[in-house]
Amino acid sequence: MGDNGSVWLPDPGTALAGEVDTLFWFVFWTSTIMFAMVIAAKLYFMAKYKRNSESDVPEPVEESKALEAVWIVVPTILVLIVFTWGFDVFVKLNNAPPDAYEINVRAMQWSWEFSYEEGATAYTELYVPVGRPVKLNMTSSDVLHSFYVPAFRVKHDIIPNRYTAVWFQAEEAGEYMIHCTEYCGTQHSGMNAKVVAVSEEDFAAWITEQSQDLPPAILGEQVFAQCQACHSIDGSSGIGPTMAGLYNTERALEDGSTVIADDDYLLESILNPMAKIAQGYPPVMPAGFSALSQKQLDGLIAYIKTLE
Amino acid sequence: MSHSAPGLNYLNHAKGFKSWALTLDHKRIGIMYMVAVSLAFLAGGILAILVRLELLGPGETIMGPDAYNQSFTLHAVLMIFAFIIPAIPAVMGNFVLPIQLGAKDVAFPRLNLASLYIYLIGAVIVMLALVNGRIDGGWTFYAPYSTSIGNGILFVTAGVFVMGFSSILTGLNFIVTVHKMRAPGLTWNRLPLFIWSIYATSIVQVLATPVIGITVLLLFLEKAFSIGIFDPALGGDPVLFQHFFWFYSHPAVYIMILPAFGVISDLMGTFSRHQVSGYKFVALSSVAIAFLGFLVWGHHMFVSGQSAVSSIVFSLITYLIGIPTGVKVINWVQTMYKGSVQLKSPMLYAIMFLFTFSIGGFTGIMLGVLAIDVHLHDTYFVVAHFHYVMMGGNVIAALGGLHYWWPKMFGKMYNEFLAKIAALLVFIGFNVTFFPQFILGTQGMPRRYYDYLPQYESLHELSTYGSWILAAGLFLIMFYLIASLINGKKAGLNPWGALTLEWTHTTTPPDHHNFHDTPVVTRGAYDFHLARHLFENGGEVSELDLGGDGAAPSHEATPVPQEPVA
Amino acid sequence: MANPQTNQPAHVKHYFVSSEQQFDAAKMGMWLFLVTEILLFSGMFVAYTIYRSWHPETWMALSTALDWKLGGLNTLVLLASSFTVAMGINQIQRGNQKGLLINLILTFVFAGVFLVVKYFEYAAKIEHGLLPGAAFDPHGISHGFDYATYNVPYGPQFFSIYFVMTGIHGFHVLVGMGLFAWITWKAKNGAFSADYYTPVENCGLYWHLVDIIWIFLFPLLYLI
Repeated sequence: MGDNGSVWLPDPGTALAGEVDTLFWFVFWTSTIMFAMVIAAKLYFMAKYKRNSESDVPEPVEESKALEAVWIVVPTILVLIVFTWGFDVFVKLNNAPPDAYEINVRAMQWSWEFSYEEGATAYTELYVPVGRPVKLNMTSSDVLHSFYVPAFRVKHDIIPNRYTAVWFQAEEAGEYMIHCTEYCGTQHSGMNAKVVAVSEEDFAAWITEQSQDLPPAILGEQVFAQCQACHSIDGSSGIGPTMAGLYNTERALEDGSTVIADDDYLLESILNPMAKIAQGYPPVMPAGFSALSQKQLDGLIAYIKTLE
Repeated sequence: MSHSAPGLNYLNHAKGFKSWALTLDHKRIGIMYMVAVSLAFLAGGILAILVRLELLGPGETIMGPDAYNQSFTLHAVLMIFAFIIPAIPAVMGNFVLPIQLGAKDVAFPRLNLASLYIYLIGAVIVMLALVNGRIDGGWTFYAPYSTSIGNGILFVTAGVFVMGFSSILTGLNFIVTVHKMRAPGLTWNRLPLFIWSIYATSIVQVLATPVIGITVLLLFLEKAFSIGIFDPALGGDPVLFQHFFWFYSHPAVYIMILPAFGVISDLMGTFSRHQVSGYKFVALSSVAIAFLGFLVWGHHMFVSGQSAVSSIVFSLITYLIGIPTGVKVINWVQTMYKGSVQLKSPMLYAIMFLFTFSIGGFTGIMLGVLAIDVHLHDTYFVVAHFHYVMMGGNVIAALGGLHYWWPKMFGKMYNEFLAKIAALLVFIGFNVTFFPQFILGTQGMPRRYYDYLPQYESLHELSTYGSWILAAGLFLIMFYLIASLINGKKAGLNPWGALTLEWTHTTTPPDHHNFHDTPVVTRGAYDFHLARHLFENGGEVSELDLGGDGAAPSHEATPVPQEPVA
Repeated sequence: MANPQTNQPAHVKHYFVSSEQQFDAAKMGMWLFLVTEILLFSGMFVAYTIYRSWHPETWMALSTALDWKLGGLNTLVLLASSFTVAMGINQIQRGNQKGLLINLILTFVFAGVFLVVKYFEYAAKIEHGLLPGAAFDPHGISHGFDYATYNVPYGPQFFSIYFVMTGIHGFHVLVGMGLFAWITWKAKNGAFSADYYTPVENCGLYWHLVDIIWIFLFPLLYLI
């Protein structure tokens, strides 16, 4: 437990992940031994009882009831052990300590929004303090998603109009991948983020810094993290058009007309993505961004203006 | 009923398109199913190769994310609904089941032909989705994503609904046939295990398929009329869809695997020339699994938002169903004990099955452990697990069955040497493709991902190389099977020395009406010691009993051993 | 009327050993089919139960939006048709082809009456916007009653379930009419006798199921 990762499992990031791993190894080795026995018996019988002559007709064997009982009873005992053990750890995974620090998570196609009670909001990095239990209250703006941190061995589906939760307690400072594991559309595989576990002091400093009013373009840069799954800022083409050098240029639309990419066009494209479709791109942008606050929208547009 | 002239069989007694398209003969219907499901397998397989090719490296390799997402979805829909579910029951079940029962046809031949056409119509409707908007999101079609995309979903749900009817009618037909059309003396205790497994499968088809019918109908209406049963934006509940979906789709797993159990039992018995160990257990546990399979659907939903209590109950019942399956594997291994094992190509597949299916089974137990499933759910571990069960179980068994019954179906032997090479390629290719995916999964690689982190690249590469070996093996099989039709050696009446009625009491290929006279059965399907005289002269054993001319079995001398039944 | 080669009556197919075997097989097949029908409806009954237990107040409020008098009338019509079809089977068992024909025609007519009543019920719902899901928009005043009062939360779900359940049931009635038209035509041509009436028996079984499902639907939707 707590040691380095292996070929099979990544390095566990929480104590509970270590417990899951112990259980995993127990099932893994029991299964491997039983599997090896079955295969060994199979290979032995294949060699030993190979047919020697066409007229070879063996007599049936008396079946041993005792042996049969062993095959039924021993695996039953084993699976009951595994079940009880798995049940025990599952209950721990499901019940956050009452003093857990709570963070609200909103999942949308194809980004995350982490809101802290102090007022801070983050998009690609979920800052958490090391050594303190953290509980995530999660909901979705559109379709099903699922929150998964492999290093913590935690996962839960995120459902629209309903709250679900996961909790974990990071043991060491570091970065851990977050994946969406419930299929949610074109950029499902791009819906990633990171847990950044930092010391209590660093966390407090981060929260204070984030909760202050930021200049619009800086806030916009943070909000834009949600957009980067589809829109690049370096001129390369993604699912959607790049933002580099976009502002105030003439844009060709799918219906053949053109439009100047001014503030109003940018705002409309965020709030109502299907209104004007850029030429050569599929109409797949989710409508969920209309939930952004006025401040965030202003920030986004200010940021896009800065992109040359 | 007048008897066919010598040299005439079900394949050549009537000619022309109409004689096939309107046939009521279960054997011809089985062959037509074989062509159809093979095409579905080919299409699904090509998609699989493309999907693996795309995953050769992170980022875009050969296609964009939308093309990828649709490819894996269509791969799954084709493989599950159009290939695996009908593969063994509709092809081999249709061809073999009535003959093994000593019947001249299934109970409702017209319904049987209708099932075939319903299946074809359903498959065509599914394919229409391709030209009517996108279908992505995998074969599970979880709401509300599935109702938020284009109209392709309307065609897929309608197609699945229609194919479900085919499945129900086939199951119904087989149940009645097994109950009412067994030959005199063919008691339940003497039935070949293939019949038992198809019987159990049919029960699941009849009981579970109507539920997916109503589920996809509701999903169809949700998309078409926004009825708000599943869509949370309209006040519906998406988790309810998952319950409905898995209430069918878990039993459907048994629709896919139970027929494989039957084929493997027949192969183990025949090629070990030995009573299948624990015959009654294997037979009755199939039926028990058919019913218990309805009580475990929630194990697909441990992290979906169902209550923790339901998860715990579902986990426990999952183990109850795992035990009998495990004991079956031991029974098959034990069948070889003190037997006379002959490693012909069908038997190689049975041996292979014991390896791959056991891995599938053990990893299934691992996924049933609540705490471990939280980590492994929706990762490549699950992908690897169900490919080990579905492909390593069903497809490997189907290949075994195909090699076993091919001589009976067409009267031609394939090249045994090439068959062994192909079996080896399939075995190596399969394991190289899917074993690395277990490790990808435990390392945290989510499924249905178009793009992935660089740390997963080497295992994905290995998996893709494996898929090429696997494809080479499968294409080799296609090649020598087709070649056998053209210049294959003529098959004897009973090349494997089997004891079931299709080998002992019919010509090769079978006569249009299977039997001249209804056979009388006096021993169990695997009582090789009671049929010893069949083997005493070696070689093409049954020809001795059938008059040796390879044409029609004489109706006076049924080749039933004279020893009393034990 | 015997098959010269097998000495069996002409209606026995060559792959059956006897008339009894064929009759048993057909009847067992029909029962299995009815099982699948029950399971098809059971999915909807489960959806009904779940939504009812989540939103009992909606169900209480909106069951009054359904006309129990028309529903009750339809219940009587279907019961009568079940009786006539049973009478028909009874008649043919005694070899009375004319009695069978009359009862089959009566059954067909009752099924038609059921659908006509259903049409009037649906028309009233559609007129006042009592529609499933997104189309739900109760409005208008009729007989001094303001339909807007039906605009309660989860009303769309109630009417989704109402229309899906009664719609699929209605479709089954329609299929039943097709079946009765077919066997009435066969009966008119003297296809059935005391020795052979399997299709009548099986259509009767189907029709009883359609009847029984309605007997569950009526109180669940209209009365409670």
